[in-house]
Amino acid sequence: MRTAFRAASALLVSALALTACGSGGSDDDASGGGTSAASCAPSSGPVTISYTTWIPGIENVVKVWNDKNPNIQVKVQTGPNGNGGTYQNFFNQLKANNTPDLGHIEYDALPSFRVQDGLFDVASCDIVAKAKDQFIPWTWNQVSFGDDKSAWGVPQDSGPMALFYRADLFEKNNIAIPKTWDEYAAAAEKVKAAGGYITNFSQSDINQFAGFTWQAGGRWFANDGQQWTVNLTDDKTKKVADYWQNLISKKLVSTVPPWTTEWDNAYNSSSAWTWVSAVWGANSIMSGAPKTAGKWRVAPMPQWSAGEDIAGNWGGSATAVFKNSKHPYEAAQFALWLNTSEEALALLNKEAQLYPATTAGTKYSYLANPVEFYGDQKIYEVFADASGKVTPDFTWGPTMTSTYANASDGFKAAVSGTGTLNDALTATQKSTIETLKSQAIPVKE
Amino acid sequence: MSVDAPVRNKVQESLLSRTAAMLIMAVCTVYFLTPIWWLFVGASKSSDQFTSTNPLWFADFDLFANIGDLFAYRDGVFLRWMLNSILYTGGAALLGTVLAAMCGYALAKYRFRGRELIFNVVLSGVLVPATALALPLFLIFSKVDATNTFWSVFLPSLVNPFGVYLARIYASASVPDELLEAARIDGSGEIRTFFKVSTRLMTPALITIFLFHFVAVWNNFLLPLIMLGDERLFPVTLGLYSWNTQVNQIPELRGLVIIGALLSITPLVVAFLFLQRFWRNGLGAGAVK
Repeated sequence: MRTAFRAASALLVSALALTACGSGGSDDDASGGGTSAASCAPSSGPVTISYTTWIPGIENVVKVWNDKNPNIQVKVQTGPNGNGGTYQNFFNQLKANNTPDLGHIEYDALPSFRVQDGLFDVASCDIVAKAKDQFIPWTWNQVSFGDDKSAWGVPQDSGPMALFYRADLFEKNNIAIPKTWDEYAAAAEKVKAAGGYITNFSQSDINQFAGFTWQAGGRWFANDGQQWTVNLTDDKTKKVADYWQNLISKKLVSTVPPWTTEWDNAYNSSSAWTWVSAVWGANSIMSGAPKTAGKWRVAPMPQWSAGEDIAGNWGGSATAVFKNSKHPYEAAQFALWLNTSEEALALLNKEAQLYPATTAGTKYSYLANPVEFYGDQKIYEVFADASGKVTPDFTWGPTMTSTYANASDGFKAAVSGTGTLNDALTATQKSTIETLKSQAIPVKE
Repeated sequence: MSVDAPVRNKVQESLLSRTAAMLIMAVCTVYFLTPIWWLFVGASKSSDQFTSTNPLWFADFDLFANIGDLFAYRDGVFLRWMLNSILYTGGAALLGTVLAAMCGYALAKYRFRGRELIFNVVLSGVLVPATALALPLFLIFSKVDATNTFWSVFLPSLVNPFGVYLARIYASASVPDELLEAARIDGSGEIRTFFKVSTRLMTPALITIFLFHFVAVWNNFLLPLIMLGDERLFPVTLGLYSWNTQVNQIPELRGLVIIGALLSITPLVVAFLFLQRFWRNGLGAGAVK
C-alpha cells in the first residue's frame, strides 16, 4: 500500500521537489503557487495547533508552553514511534490532507517526507532563519540537506557517539582504553583471552553502523538537485564493514540480537565490556545492566587514525511543520521554543532523556552533573565534546526504511556466517537503487 | 460434535492411536501455553530479575507491585485503554451481533428479489481482510473530519459478514417457518417475533457470532493504529504496542508492556472460559451446513 501510494504521489509532485531551485518553485501540482504556500505569515487571533510525537511525557513540556501562550494552544497527539506506524500515518494523512501541524520526524526519515513534498520550509519564517546559529552545525545540516536557504524542520535532539567501557575490567586485566580502532581490535583479543567480548555487534541496528560510517567519512546518499546518488559501497564504508567483519569472523564480538533480554544480560553479566553508542545509550546500560553500577565510564569514540578527533552520530530527530498546516508561523514558533529554550530542553531531557541539538543546550547545568552509575564521571561533557565533532555533511536517503531492512537482512546472514557485511552492503546498494526507481525518484545508476 | 454411538463401538481405538493422539495434544498444549506461562512468570519479576533469572521460573514474586506500577504509570492510562478496549470490543460485538442476526434472519426467512445477490455480496465480504479496509476507511473518515474519534474505530467494527452468514445458516435450520406463521396468526408483529421468538431459538449461534466478533474486533489492530492519534482513545493493543516501540529509549517500559500484556489477555480468556461451550456448538452448526 505504502509503496503504491508513494509512487503515485511521487509522479504527481514533480518528481524531484528536493532542493531543485531554492524556494519550492518546482511544484507544479494542483495545490499551485509554491511561493504563496511557503509564506510564513502569523495568523490573526488565537489558534490551536496539533503536534504528533511519541516522546514520553511530552504533555508536561507542552503544558508549560500552553500556560504561557493562551493564544497559541498546542494539542498533543501520540502513537507508536515513527517506523512503528506514525510515519505511515503521516503519509496517509498527507494523502487525506489532515496532517497535524507539527510532526516528530527522525533525521533519517526527513528526506522521505521531503521527496513527497509533505513539509513546510520553516526557514521561510524569519524567527527560524535567525535561530540557525544556535544549532550545532551538523544538526542544522540534517534538516537543511545542505541548502542554506531552507530547513524542513527544527532540529530537536541528537545522538553523538562515544565509547562506553567497563573501567574495572579493563584495569583489572591491564588493558589500555583504546583510542583508535586498531587499538580497539587489539584490545578485543585481550578481552577475549580474559573470557569476555569487547562488544556486541548489532545485526539489526543499521543506524549504529551508519554512525560508524559517518565517523569514518562514508557518505551513503547525495542529492545534487537533479538526482540521487547511492553509495553504500564507497571505500570508507568498505573499510568499516571489513573492520567489523574481521571481529565477527574471529569471534571477538558477540552477536546476540540487540534490545533483547539476552542482550541486556550480556552487559549485566559482564560478558560484553564496551559499547560504542550514542548519548542515549547511557540510559540503556543503566536500566539493562543494573548489576554493573559504578563500573562504567565514557571515553571518546576510537579514531581511524591516531590524532584524529571525529565522532559519529546515532539517532536524533526534528520537529517538522507539515505543508498543509494552516498556522505555520505559530507552529514554527512553538517548535523553536521546544527545541531551543532552556526550560523546554531541560524538561525534554528529564522526561525522555533527549539530548539537545543546540550548542547552548549541551552546556546547560542539568547536563553538567556527575552521574553516579558512571562512577560520578561527568559523562555528558564527553558527549558535548563529541557533538561538536560530528562531521556535518552526512545525508540520509529518501527510502531508509527499505534500505535498513535490506541491510539488516544481509547483516543477520553475515553474522550467522553466510556472506560478509560488504556483501550485504553491495546487495543493499542494488536494492536501494531499485526502490528509488520504483518510486519514480530520479537516481544515478 | 458427538459421533453416533454404533459407529464408535465398531471402531476399536488401539492403545497406540490413543497414545499418539494424547501425545500430539500434549505437545500442542505445551506449545500454546508456554508463551502464556512465560508472560505470567515475566510479569511477576522485577526488571533486573527479569533479565538475570530463569525466564520460565519465578524469582521474587512482585506481580502485585508490578500491577500497581502499571496502574500508576501516567495517571493510569492503562486502565483507560482497557476500558476503551472493552467498550470498542464489547459494544461493537453486542451491536454487531444484533445487526448480523437481523440481517441473517431476514435473508433466511423472507423471500424477496435480490436476496441471493445480497447474500453473496455479504459473503464475499468475508474474503476481504479487515487490514485491507483500514486505509480506505481512513480516507473516508477524513472526508467527514471524523478521524481520531471514538466513532472512527467503533462504527467500522460493527459489521461482520461472517456473522451474517452464520446467522442465516442457523436461522434457516433452527427457526421453523410454522412457528413464525403461528406467531403471525397470533398477531405478533415481525419485529416482536424476531426478538421474542426467533432470537431465543438462535441463541447458541448468537453467542458464537458474539465471540467471533469479539475476537475479531479485539485483534483488529491496524484500524485504531491508522485512525487514532489521541492516547486517551487507544485500545489496549495499540497502547501497549506504542509503549513497546519506545522500549529502546525508555527501557523501564519493557516491564510495563509485559505486565500489561498479561492483563490484556484476561478478558479474552474469561470470555472463552464462560462461552466456549456455545462456541463449539455454533462452530459445529456452521460446519455441517
